[in-house]
Amino acid sequence: MFLSLFGAVESGLIYAIMALGVYLSFRIIDFPDLTVDGSFVTGGAVAAVSIINGVPPILATVYGAFAGFIAGTITGVLHTKGKINPLLSGILMMTALYSINLRIMANPQVPLLNETTLKTALTALWEKTGIDRVMNGMLEAFGLDRFPNTWAIVFIMIFVVLIIKLIIDYFLKTEVGLALRATGDNKRMIRSFSANTDNLIIVGIGLSNGLVALSGALIAQHQGFADVGMGIGMIVIGLASVIIGEALFGTKTIARATLAVILGAIIYRIVVTLALRTKFLETGDMKLITAVLVIIALVTPKIIQAQREKQRRMKKRAALEAGE
Amino acid sequence: MLKLKQVSITFNEGTLDEKRALKHINLELKKGEFVTVIGGNGAGKSTLMNVISGNLIADTGNVIINGQDVTYLPEYKRARFIGRVFQDPMAGTAPSMTIEENLAMAYSRNKKRTLKLGVTRQRRKMFQEYLSTLNLGLEDRLTAKVGLLSGGERQALSLLMATFTEPDILLLDEHTAALDPARAELVSQITSELVEKYELTTLMVTHNMQQALEMGDRLIMMDAGQIILDVSGEDKQKLTIQQLLEEFQRIRGRQFVNDQTVLG
Repeated sequence: MFLSLFGAVESGLIYAIMALGVYLSFRIIDFPDLTVDGSFVTGGAVAAVSIINGVPPILATVYGAFAGFIAGTITGVLHTKGKINPLLSGILMMTALYSINLRIMANPQVPLLNETTLKTALTALWEKTGIDRVMNGMLEAFGLDRFPNTWAIVFIMIFVVLIIKLIIDYFLKTEVGLALRATGDNKRMIRSFSANTDNLIIVGIGLSNGLVALSGALIAQHQGFADVGMGIGMIVIGLASVIIGEALFGTKTIARATLAVILGAIIYRIVVTLALRTKFLETGDMKLITAVLVIIALVTPKIIQAQREKQRRMKKRAALEAGE
Repeated sequence: MLKLKQVSITFNEGTLDEKRALKHINLELKKGEFVTVIGGNGAGKSTLMNVISGNLIADTGNVIINGQDVTYLPEYKRARFIGRVFQDPMAGTAPSMTIEENLAMAYSRNKKRTLKLGVTRQRRKMFQEYLSTLNLGLEDRLTAKVGLLSGGERQALSLLMATFTEPDILLLDEHTAALDPARAELVSQITSELVEKYELTTLMVTHNMQQALEMGDRLIMMDAGQIILDVSGEDKQKLTIQQLLEEFQRIRGRQFVNDQTVLG
């Protein structure tokens, strides 16, 4: 039980970067971008192929993220310069990326078994710190007898994700960042204040997909292979993370919203892991679980609100009648 | 400051719906001139605004701002010279962003946007000073989301945002039309104050004849894509609504058709 939850948090942290990318496009730029399903794989594919060809893993990961950035900018160009509807631009790019990803990988799957990846390199470094022994010692004190292989991923990913979050928070408060947010909020207004909304959308969708591809590059190294199908349904997972996080933790400020998205990604993984432990659900049901989760997260707040309204009205009526 | 030379625009050319929205418009505004524009629906007032702002490109003729031919300059580039306030109070501000963030975006209108913070302590103080001139108490609500403000407050904020960077041209497109009479009066008053303070070259479209007579130092009347009347100076000050209507009938040989005329 503890080990599967531990695994959920570990991968949740990596997927959180993808969720932050989806948050950028979906919430900030108000652009429902489906490129994600393709660019996630592009990130993984470019990183895996680079590693196999002897590129240092950290550089390979950067290449992966950059490839995703390029893919995103093309979606942005399709929409702004080609005047194609946002959903359709994303679908077209996602479809095109499927073939491109296959070309990059040359095979539907690229294994990284005996390669030095970020995961193996960092885990090896981490072992020297001795933190694992301390953490596992604490677990032992709690009466657990099976321990995670390494704490490296969790600790390093918390650090990495927080850095990315802080950079996004800062960026969205800069002059360019403000213009980007206004592009999603009121295009006509920000254009009248001399912002080139087309370029902002192109760069914004590029950054969003850069984050998604970075997440894909890390996942490929975490699971030890890149697979051409690893991005299927990724946009819905991203949306699930954003919506669950927002519903639970609120969106009052940008800093709060980005934290909510990260926590949403982790909670999503935990919920799915717990759901899959029940007897009647199988691994193949994951997409169904995801869809149901998103529906619950979207509908529940509305039901609660309606219920509150109803109670408020009932109370008023009761008070009036009592007074008569 | 602003010059339109022989500007023409035709919509849906070659179809049954063909409409010549502007016909050889010549107009020149001197620096600091405040011109009000009236005319019935479809007279070409909005098209005139759009061709100046770059929302529409003239079929023929030229638009010149401050000596520079901007006829083909895209809207966002022209915005460096132009401040605008729209009729819809929702249109001029970003509702999900705060008052100070909106002001920061307006502050960048004539500058290059960088990766430096949009709202700094220094700027916040400056924004507060600007806001206090509106006398609406907005200076104490810098971090409130603009979507929470009333229509009048939003329009006053839009006005401040459009003017405080002192644009070469200020375009006001029926910016009081969507407000109740008291709010409209307030926004009109703020408009006069800001235009005077920054000596802005202003073009204001209005449906309200009374407003067109009271505000500004020059009045033009449009009909069927042409400027049919251009009054300034003392002549404008003496002008009454009755005279305007009679003048229209004399020039056009028909009644001025506009539902708001009756009310005005």
